[in-house]
Amino acid sequence: MSEGLDLLLDVRGVSKHFGGVYALNNASLSVVRGEVHALIGPNGAGKTTLIHVLSGALPCNGGRVVFDGNDLERRPMHERVTLGLARSYQITNIFTRLTVLDNVAMAVQSRVRDWGSSFSFWKPFSLDSAIIGEAHALLAQVSLSGMANRLAGQLSHGEQRSLEVALALATKPKLLLLDEPMAGMGPEESERMVGLIEHLAQQVTILLVEHDMDAVFRLADRISVLVGGTVIASGSPEAIRGDAEVRRAYLGDEVA
Amino acid sequence: MTQLILEQALNGLQFGLMLFLLAAGLTLVFGIMDMINLAHGSLYMVGAYLAAEVTQASGSFITGVGVAMLGTAVLAVVLEVVLLRRLYARNHLAQVLATFALILIANECVRIVWGAQTLMLNAPDALSGPVRIGGFLYPSYRLLIIGVGALIAGLLYVLVARTRIGMWVRAGASNREMTEALGINVRLLFTAVFAFGAALCALAGAMLGPLLAVQVGMGESILILAFVVIVIGGIGSIRGALVGSLLVGLVDTLGRAMLPAMLRALFSPEVASSLGPALASVLIYVLMAAILFWRPEGLFPARA
Amino acid sequence: MGLYATTTRRRIAAVFVLLGLIALPWGMRLIGQEFYVSFASRVLIMALAATSLNLVIGFGGMVSFGHAAFFGAGAYCVAVLAESGVTSAWLAWPAATGVAAVLAVLVGAISLRTRGVYFIMITLAFAQMVFYLVVSLKTWGGDDGLPLLQRSAFGSLDLKDDSTFYFVVLAILAFVLFMLDRIAHSRFGRVIQSIRENEVRMEALGYPVFSFKLVCFSLGGALAGLAGALMANQAGLASPNLLHWMQSGILMVMIVIGGVGSVFGGVVGAVLLLVCEEAFVEITPHWQIGLGLLLLAVVLWAPLGIAGLFGWGRNRE
Ligand SMILES: Nc1ncnc2c1ncn2[C@@H]1O[C@H](COP(=O)(O)OP(=O)(O)OP(=O)(O)O)[C@@H](O)[C@H]1O
Ligand SMILES: [Mg+2]
Repeated sequence: MSEGLDLLLDVRGVSKHFGGVYALNNASLSVVRGEVHALIGPNGAGKTTLIHVLSGALPCNGGRVVFDGNDLERRPMHERVTLGLARSYQITNIFTRLTVLDNVAMAVQSRVRDWGSSFSFWKPFSLDSAIIGEAHALLAQVSLSGMANRLAGQLSHGEQRSLEVALALATKPKLLLLDEPMAGMGPEESERMVGLIEHLAQQVTILLVEHDMDAVFRLADRISVLVGGTVIASGSPEAIRGDAEVRRAYLGDEVA
Repeated sequence: MTQLILEQALNGLQFGLMLFLLAAGLTLVFGIMDMINLAHGSLYMVGAYLAAEVTQASGSFITGVGVAMLGTAVLAVVLEVVLLRRLYARNHLAQVLATFALILIANECVRIVWGAQTLMLNAPDALSGPVRIGGFLYPSYRLLIIGVGALIAGLLYVLVARTRIGMWVRAGASNREMTEALGINVRLLFTAVFAFGAALCALAGAMLGPLLAVQVGMGESILILAFVVIVIGGIGSIRGALVGSLLVGLVDTLGRAMLPAMLRALFSPEVASSLGPALASVLIYVLMAAILFWRPEGLFPARA
Repeated sequence: MGLYATTTRRRIAAVFVLLGLIALPWGMRLIGQEFYVSFASRVLIMALAATSLNLVIGFGGMVSFGHAAFFGAGAYCVAVLAESGVTSAWLAWPAATGVAAVLAVLVGAISLRTRGVYFIMITLAFAQMVFYLVVSLKTWGGDDGLPLLQRSAFGSLDLKDDSTFYFVVLAILAFVLFMLDRIAHSRFGRVIQSIRENEVRMEALGYPVFSFKLVCFSLGGALAGLAGALMANQAGLASPNLLHWMQSGILMVMIVIGGVGSVFGGVVGAVLLLVCEEAFVEITPHWQIGLGLLLLAVVLWAPLGIAGLFGWGRNRE
């Protein structure tokens, strides 16, 4: 279905098992450059496992992943980031004992290679105005400007989720993997996050894992449905809404 | 030649089994509480001193061993309740430092009580002679150590693999939160495991006393070997500790006995005589580094 | 713990301490206690060794239990070179630093594949390996160590003079501390501290974590080698004790007492520990009990060490 389109990510028959449990079983999906692609599925379907495999946090047991023309096999996590693949975590994973600004600055720094990269031992970081400026800009984008000098661990849950996204965003990825960015948020915070993702979608391709169906149908250009480690359907929101198998396997009456 | 190999293999087995007594307690403490306890070797030392003291006073080796095990277990309970408990939630660095402090204190206390000189601990007279196995004579006391070691190893295996307590211990080692969620009092369980491990330490100290010197600092060298054992075997795994102990015991003993001779066949005598002991003494560390290189979690990792 | 930041006040204090240390030999001569100048050199050398370990443990978050291997390697390197006629400090000290660095790269490349307890134990095992190898080599003096018949020649300076030697050691320590302070605030230093805080996240942000850790570990090893070279000169001997695992433990004790992850933590710890030892050993032969209790107290109640108690550690919010 996606032939002729500009594929940014192509996942072909990826499997991953933990002992006897198949978390991913021959899962395939493709993400077109520029789209917001939502990945939905019931709890334990293997969504997070797929994100882990894509980002390189877990090795897979079979299948291929091609990203932007590069075969990702055996590439360590940090190399994939350099290629333009960034992720956020379902369970907030930030530097709780660093300030919010330092969190983002660290993420910006990973990309900046102007002189001597991060193996620079001598020049004080406080003089790196370019990095700090960019970090402030990112904080403004996720509405955390007022919190720059607070410790990340002291932020509210919702603010930490925003910071989580800002960290991934700071690496200037081509593809942003967001694992349930709205997990545990109240309605107001969720609304703000949806707005943010809508805004980001103009700059970057997004693979969005999310349980909140309203958000998914609002944001997604295309949707893939993962059930029991296998992608059972991929298509436009309307097609997915109308797909009988999906309704039976997953959606139930929820979006009748 | 074969006789020599056989005899050294028995020595290696004997040493490995004693190492296992130390490693068993250590690996469980590691596995269940994620706690590094450098003071484990001090318990071994205290056990040996108690055994020497009581054996001399009572004239009975068995009484000495029994009292040593009991006394060391009691000491361990006190230590656990008063100090170690506060360390479980701390990072490894804090644990290393606090138990390093215990080593300093224990060594100095032993020096105050028993003095700096080496203590004598004699094997029971009945076991002082050799016995004939196959074609050669082997010290009967060493044979007793092998017997006791094998017996304890078997008992431990049954205890951990077959009983309810063992199941809790295994569960605690692989997933502590889950075990707690099942309503098992991990705290009490751990105190018990710790005391039990200390008693095994004391047993090893008492049994090895007549073979090695009972002296201050005896705990540290064997402690490091025990660490090598549990790291090779996989932290938290009793089976790993047994395999690791036997591996280390055999490789170390056989290496020391055979390597110089083997090198002599390959190099000039001068080279062999200077290289032999050097290589033999680092053999187990090379073994450990090699194993960790291929399996960074040891041979039998307890956690998936 | 946050990222390390040096305040102006801390810098001013450091300058005053440095001035005090420069004046120390004259002060000692004034009160007729010149003997202590040699002791002060030893303290500063241990401070350098502890500081190098603090880079690895405190900043890099790698709990290495085998730092003595690099310390001792530096000492033996100088002694072995001296035996074969190389006595120039300009050659021997960089060589010692380099040998320790290479050793650290090798040890680190294997050890850093492991985590947590395994890392602690494998670094300890490597150090034991070095210890037993050296002790069993009779050409290097075995248990007795390898004597260094005379101190290295340092240009026109006469290092046999205790005061001159002391000044050289002080200059090196001051330079290393200054360098460490720069590193702590540099991009590299921030990366390494962030890896200590959250390794997985750093990898996910695109940092080659392993390389950063290896560089930090090796830099620490190299500085320990330099300290070892100075120690062999101070003691006139490359002793197996420098390689002993107790030495690794003592270095750890120093940084924990002084302040883990604080630039001056190693110095504070070394000075406190050695001065206390010197003072108490006179009073009681059982000073080790006191040290043990002090250490327990620090671990239980002052986890950021003395530096933390006074708020001169890292930033505390
Ligand atoms: N490290 C692991 N070890 C063993 N099993 C695992 C591990 N990680 C995931 N699993 C199993 O793999 C399956 C997929 O898990 P995964 O976390 O990918 O699901 P998910 O779709 O993200 O679920 P959720 O919507 O709850 O986040 C589950 O059955 C889970 O129990
Ligand atoms: Mg998930």
